[in-house]
Amino acid sequence: MSVAVIVFPGSNCDRDVAVCLAAALGEPPIMAWHGDHNLPKVDAIILPGGFSYGDYLRGGAIASKSPIMGEVIEAANRGVPVLGICNGFQILTESGLLPGVLMRNSGLKFICRDVALEVGNTDNAFLNAYQRGQHITMPIAHNEGNYFADADTLQRLEDEDRIVLRYAGGNPNGAQLNIAGIRNKAGNVIGMMPHPERLAEAVLGGEDGRGVFDSLVQTLGRS
Amino acid sequence: MKAVIRITLKNGVLDPQGKAIETALGQLGFSGVDDVRQGKLVELSLAETDPEKARQQLTQICEKLLANTVIENYDIELVS
Repeated sequence: MSVAVIVFPGSNCDRDVAVCLAAALGEPPIMAWHGDHNLPKVDAIILPGGFSYGDYLRGGAIASKSPIMGEVIEAANRGVPVLGICNGFQILTESGLLPGVLMRNSGLKFICRDVALEVGNTDNAFLNAYQRGQHITMPIAHNEGNYFADADTLQRLEDEDRIVLRYAGGNPNGAQLNIAGIRNKAGNVIGMMPHPERLAEAVLGGEDGRGVFDSLVQTLGRS
Repeated sequence: MKAVIRITLKNGVLDPQGKAIETALGQLGFSGVDDVRQGKLVELSLAETDPEKARQQLTQICEKLLANTVIENYDIELVS
């Protein structure tokens, strides 16, 4: 099984994600550069956090148009599991793979701290190691995490059970419906603002994030 | 041909930056300033000389990159 981590200029969580993947999978992931037109055939793709293209224009806007994203979109449409973390989530909304947009935090401050989360739908490649309703902790670190979508889209997300993570200990950024993570209709594309890779081993102060990588191993092992 | 594109937040979309500007203006003693909304302005030059074709090209530019139409409107002005 092989997993690709897409590296954009300004990504800064790519190596942390690679460490977590290597620990869970037993082999290092493929690090794929944003300018590549050819993505090797992989079983899953992760878009890591960071500040791709310096967040110019809008967070994730320019990265979503980079050459490799054409390949990522094609893979996503084929059903390959794709996870976007933080800036990766912003890239997924900007690319149209996920609905809505991540706006500036309502308090206008960059927020970097652990937050309490409640797990929603776990029927996907990145959250199946958790239980629905489980309360977990993960760090957030963002300036644009304020999830916004029109009323129809929000209703659809609720009706189709596509909210995978919600803020549970107060809403840090103004996100509608306390949304911290969503999935696409097919369920293979997930975006989340919290950083599982930053709390995935005991030495970091907790292991609540490790389930994301364990989920992927379970999924790929099963398929 | 030069163009100016104004990108603004749609009505009803919360604009915390606009609110912060409004608050700061109040603190500076400017009374009666309300409904502050902020946005972006992009200037660019096009090789295209036909206004109609230029407008079509700019519409694509706005739709594909400059504006996120989930939350933003754009307004295209051909300057020369």
